[in-house]
Amino acid sequence: MVANVSGFLLILFFQMFSAVAVAEEVRVAVATNFLATAKEIITHFEQDTAHVVVVSSGSSGKLYVQIKNGAPFDVFFSADVDRPALLEEEGFAVRGSRFTYAVGRLTLWSADSDLIDKNGKTVLSDGTFEHLAIANPKTAPYGTAAQRTLQALGLWGHVKDRLVQGENIGQTFQFVFSTNAELGFVALSQVLDGKINGAGSRWDVAEGLHNPLRQQAVLLVNGQGNDAARAFLSYVKGPKALNVIQRFGYGVE
Amino acid sequence: MSFPEMDWGPVWLTMQLAGVTVVVLLLVGTPLAWWLAFTTSRFRTLVEAVVALPIVLPPTVLGFYLLVALGPHGLVGGPWKQLTGAPLSFTFTGLVIASTFYSLPFVVQPLHGSFESVGKKPLEAAWTLGASRFDAFLTVASPMAIRGFLSAVVLGFAHTLGEFGVVLMVGGNIPGVTKVLSIAIYDHVESLEYTQAHFLSVFLLAFSFLILTIVYAINRRLPVHVS
Repeated sequence: MVANVSGFLLILFFQMFSAVAVAEEVRVAVATNFLATAKEIITHFEQDTAHVVVVSSGSSGKLYVQIKNGAPFDVFFSADVDRPALLEEEGFAVRGSRFTYAVGRLTLWSADSDLIDKNGKTVLSDGTFEHLAIANPKTAPYGTAAQRTLQALGLWGHVKDRLVQGENIGQTFQFVFSTNAELGFVALSQVLDGKINGAGSRWDVAEGLHNPLRQQAVLLVNGQGNDAARAFLSYVKGPKALNVIQRFGYGVE
Repeated sequence: MSFPEMDWGPVWLTMQLAGVTVVVLLLVGTPLAWWLAFTTSRFRTLVEAVVALPIVLPPTVLGFYLLVALGPHGLVGGPWKQLTGAPLSFTFTGLVIASTFYSLPFVVQPLHGSFESVGKKPLEAAWTLGASRFDAFLTVASPMAIRGFLSAVVLGFAHTLGEFGVVLMVGGNIPGVTKVLSIAIYDHVESLEYTQAHFLSVFLLAFSFLILTIVYAINRRLPVHVS
């Protein structure tokens, strides 16, 4: 009887323990360009593991500042290499946890299906558009890539007065989607997202025209003891996640 | 502390935006406040509620509708583009329109209050003495409602200085056109340029404090004209 009771308690104890371990929550900060992709990965992850993921998104610059100032995130998916590396150096991220989860592709996109032809350079140099949207080059890596591309094409001076800047790539996309800007440099993943499904017209920028958009993720000090955080990071490296990432137009390393 | 290369562009632009907005608001808000003060229309309550909306609504609601309305296919932006050939979004004019809605209650409400406290009697006296309606308004009612006008101008101006969410949504961060102070500060913070962010923030803080202090001081000294 006593053995039975203690056995029962033991089982109860282990069940409670494992229940606690299973139901862990991971708070993920995601650069806007990766948000739709991340959400799809998270759906799979939550089904496969029963962990719960809470997502916040913004420009990599903003998320970086928030993390440095104590934002309670466990994992950070940046749109660049620099910010995760800085966090690692500054002691906000766990050393050795940093890895490239995707290589972004920049595209010149318009909601108008006739505006951009196969050679996007023509519309940039000869087009009569009023506004060309890019993400803020100072805070958003896709903005920097857009600026580099325009400089490489020798058209930066030509379009400079017609640029409008989104605070992050999401807002940049919004400017073009709402036709307030006729065209803009956005992430290919946004155009391939289910809501757009490749509609409009676009010119995928050759990767040689700008800095590579290697996007790195890092485990933050806050999530060091969080099993769900580590589980999520390894899940992102797994075949299911890689499949989703490639479907959204990203390269993988 | 040595100051870095300061870009005064956003400061100047913000002053211009606030100045133009206040002028537009006085032109629109004065007749509106007057109507609110003296009308017996049953729509008065509804109009009062509409005017006060920007106080309670998050700027994102206004920003969202403006983004849709000002665009080249929008309700306002479409006809505007037909008329002028240029779009309205991401322009200074677009920001003036946004700010006019955003700061409307801050101009209409003080005017409304002061018109009500002046009342119609002094005007009726002026009319019986042969003054035209407009003349009576300008030379009798307006000076008596001076406190209301002062509050309206200052609050309208200051509230436009403090605008952020709406401009973030419809501005496009264009230097010299839509990059106002609040946006410039946000930009500096995000780029880790804390020195510049401090500089502009301290400026805005001091300036706002100064004009509010001046208003309260003047308001105390101004003669009270209540019939």
